[in-house]
Amino acid sequence: MSTIALKVNGKDVSAEVEDRTLLVELLREELKLTGTHIGCDTSQCGACVVHVDGVAMKSCTMFAIQADGAEIRTIEGVAQQGALHPMQAAFAEHHGLQCGFCTPGMIMTAIDMVRRLGSDLDEATIRHELEGNICRCTGYQNIVKAIQAGARAMASQ
Amino acid sequence: MYQTRYHRPGSVAEAAELLSKAEDGRYVAGGHTLIPTMKHRLAGPSDLVDLSRLSELKGISEKGGTVTIGAATTHYEVASSDAVRKAIPALAALAGMIGDPAVRNRGTIGGSLANNDPGADYPAAVLGLGATIHTDKRKIEADDFFTGLFTTALEEGEIIVKVSFPVPKKAAYEKFHSAASRYALTGVFVASAKDGAVRVAVTGAGANGVFRAADIEKALSGKASSDAIDAVSIDPSGLLSDIHGSAEYRANLVKVMAKRAVDAIG
Repeated sequence: MSTIALKVNGKDVSAEVEDRTLLVELLREELKLTGTHIGCDTSQCGACVVHVDGVAMKSCTMFAIQADGAEIRTIEGVAQQGALHPMQAAFAEHHGLQCGFCTPGMIMTAIDMVRRLGSDLDEATIRHELEGNICRCTGYQNIVKAIQAGARAMASQ
Repeated sequence: MYQTRYHRPGSVAEAAELLSKAEDGRYVAGGHTLIPTMKHRLAGPSDLVDLSRLSELKGISEKGGTVTIGAATTHYEVASSDAVRKAIPALAALAGMIGDPAVRNRGTIGGSLANNDPGADYPAAVLGLGATIHTDKRKIEADDFFTGLFTTALEEGEIIVKVSFPVPKKAAYEKFHSAASRYALTGVFVASAKDGAVRVAVTGAGANGVFRAADIEKALSGKASSDAIDAVSIDPSGLLSDIHGSAEYRANLVKVMAKRAVDAIG
C-alpha cells in the first residue's frame, strides 16, 4: 500500500492505494465519483476518460499511484457554481445521449478536443476525434451536433 | 491483476538500478500495452519502474538534418510538434494515426518501440527512415533493432533514451487499420533519403514483425512510381494470418499500401 496525494475536482485528496489500483478504481470505489464509467476495461470504449493535468486519458489504463501529485478532473467537476458546463448543456439541448453510459467519457473527450483543436470543429473532425469513444445507442448524430454546439458555446463563454 | 510494487525514479540511472534489483521488474511508460496485459494476468511483474515522468526522456529537437525525439514523448506531442511536422510530416501523421486521442495523450514512442508489437505503427517509421535508437548504454541502428515478435535488440534493463531520425527528401505512411483496435492490419512506410536511397518498411503484416520489403525497394530504385510496384510479387509465406486477414490478403495489402504511399509522396 502507498499513500498518494492528488487534487480531484479542485479538492486535495489523500488516499491509501495498492500499487496495482487503477485510477478509475480509486475514483469510483474510494472517492465514490461514479460518473466515470468502466465500459470495456480494455482501453477501447472511452467511458472512463478523465482529465489528468488537463489532458484526456483513459483512467482504466493508468495506475492511481501514477496520478500521485496530479490534478484530476472528472465529469462531476466540470459544472461550475451550480451551472452546467457548456458542453454538458449542449448534450442536454441536442439530446446527445440515450442511455447515458458513454456520456461522461464523451463530454470529457469533447472538452479535450476543444482544448487541442479550438472551438470551430467541423463534423468530419468531430467524428474522427471520437474514434476512442464508443456509443451503443445513438448512432452518434446528436453527439456530433452537441459537440459542435458545445464547442462554440465554450468559445463565447 | 497480480500485486506489484511501483517505483517512480528520479533519473534514468536510478530507473536502471531499481530494475536490476527487482525480482521480475518491468519498465512502464504510457502503459497502454503493459497494463491491459497485466489485467489479463498475462504479465505479473513484481516491480514496475515508471519512466513516463523522466524529463531526461522527453522533448523533440531538430538540428542538422536530424529530428531527435525523447523516448517518453507522447504520440500527441509528436503528432502536434511543429518541428516534426515541418521536417518529417509523414512521421507526425503516423503518430496522429496511433490508437485514439486519449491513447495518444499517454502512449510513448519509446514504449511502442521497446514493445515491438507486430501491428504497431512506430516500428515502420523507425525502420523506413533508418533511424537510430539511443539507449542508456549504446546506439542501435533500426536495421538491427527489431528482432522478432515483441522482441528487440534491447538487453535486460536497457532503456531507450531517444530516437534520432534522419530527415528524408520525401516520405509517406499509408495504413490499413483494424476498425476495432486501430492497429495496422498492414502499414507501409516509404522514404526517399537525401542520397536517393529508397527504404520501404512494412508493419502489421510480417509473421516476425516489422520488415523491409526488399523487392519493392528494388523496384522503386529504378523508377520511383507506384506502377513499378505492380510487377512485384509479395510472398505470403512469411506473413501473418489471423481472424483479421489471411497471409494472402496481407500480401496484397502490402502492395496496395506501398502504392498509395508512393503516390502520396508524388
